[in-house]
Amino acid sequence: MNCQSSKDLLNAYSDGELDLMNHLEIEKHLKACPACELAFENQVALRSALADESLYLRAPDGLRDRISGAIQPAEPPTTKGISIWRFAPVFATIVVMIVLIFVFLQTGSSNDDLLAGEIVSDHVRSMMANHLTDVPSSDQHTVKPWFEGKLDYSPPVVDLAAKGFPLVGGRLDYAASRPIAALVYQRHQHYINLFVFPSTGDVDGANRMAVRQGYNLIHWSRSGMTFWAVSDLNLNELQEFAQALQN
Amino acid sequence: MPHIDAAYNLARWMTRDGADAEDVVQEAYLRAFKFFDGFHGGDSRSWLLKIVRNTCYSWLQKNRGLLAMAEFDEELHGAESRDAEAELIGKIDSRVLKPLLDELPLEFREVVILRELEGLSYKEIAGVADLPLGTVMSRLARARERLQSGLAAHLKGGSS
Repeated sequence: MNCQSSKDLLNAYSDGELDLMNHLEIEKHLKACPACELAFENQVALRSALADESLYLRAPDGLRDRISGAIQPAEPPTTKGISIWRFAPVFATIVVMIVLIFVFLQTGSSNDDLLAGEIVSDHVRSMMANHLTDVPSSDQHTVKPWFEGKLDYSPPVVDLAAKGFPLVGGRLDYAASRPIAALVYQRHQHYINLFVFPSTGDVDGANRMAVRQGYNLIHWSRSGMTFWAVSDLNLNELQEFAQALQN
Repeated sequence: MPHIDAAYNLARWMTRDGADAEDVVQEAYLRAFKFFDGFHGGDSRSWLLKIVRNTCYSWLQKNRGLLAMAEFDEELHGAESRDAEAELIGKIDSRVLKPLLDELPLEFREVVILRELEGLSYKEIAGVADLPLGTVMSRLARARERLQSGLAAHLKGGSS
């Protein structure tokens, strides 16, 4: 890696937003290049200075009350004595709290959700950093052996050119706290990343679909391997791809 | 009131004024409750920050006739990155950073706040600010470059 491409990727590197291969390349380059290393150190220094508590401008105390005041229904008490409306602010606050607690419970993520997030990030990064494949080849007999020695398992690699999904290559990526194989397929202008790694349970799982940030995901388990296919391809064609793989 | 600090912090940096930020945050929360149906799961903080950010823009447009979207002059500012080579480690005073951040064009400032102060990922920033990932990355890089050269210039001025 040269200084220009290192400079281009340095921000993404220090933000932890690079794919594994580029990350390792930059790490290697920084060890060898004092100028880039200084640029990196400066970025780290800037980031830690920006993290200073004094720059985070917290809401003033009165703002919370002001907003709950604005949200509650502004009905005046109509009867003398103790009116139920007197407690309206309290009720309003309780309702708001319940709604928000519900929101937080909903946003709590299951393992699959977390993994789906990682998978989509991997997919997006592979498109963003121009790093789709480590081993560009449409030959399954070139791609499969390439993973040997890089992973502690051997992912099944099949070319699906006959079914309209030509193999483009393979890439080493990272998800579920381990290095994993990413196989890249193409359908017209769209790329499909297929992530393959050993299943944690030994049950075969049927296809499950999800949509994240406009990307379609299908995942399933079979013969001890878990497969995640992700693409901007429409769901029908992605299902076709999953079926082609499973047959 | 969840995320109110995050909401205020973003609005405060975007409007650069305490009272304005309070108005914007209040309006944003009212919108959030009104459009609660539009929330389809996901991260509630990002969802709220997106509303705050949009409220900021419409507020700025209405009250300050916005800022001509700060078409940033590359020619004029291209030269300043030279200074970024100076060593900054251990020499940055956070008090100097505040005015430098305030001087950043709005669209640079917002990505820096979301990334460095809120700790959002590129993907989340792209969602909040409605930008392609590549734009998030390049704006962040340019913003940091400007901050670094500002700091370097300050160090130079301070020592001579």
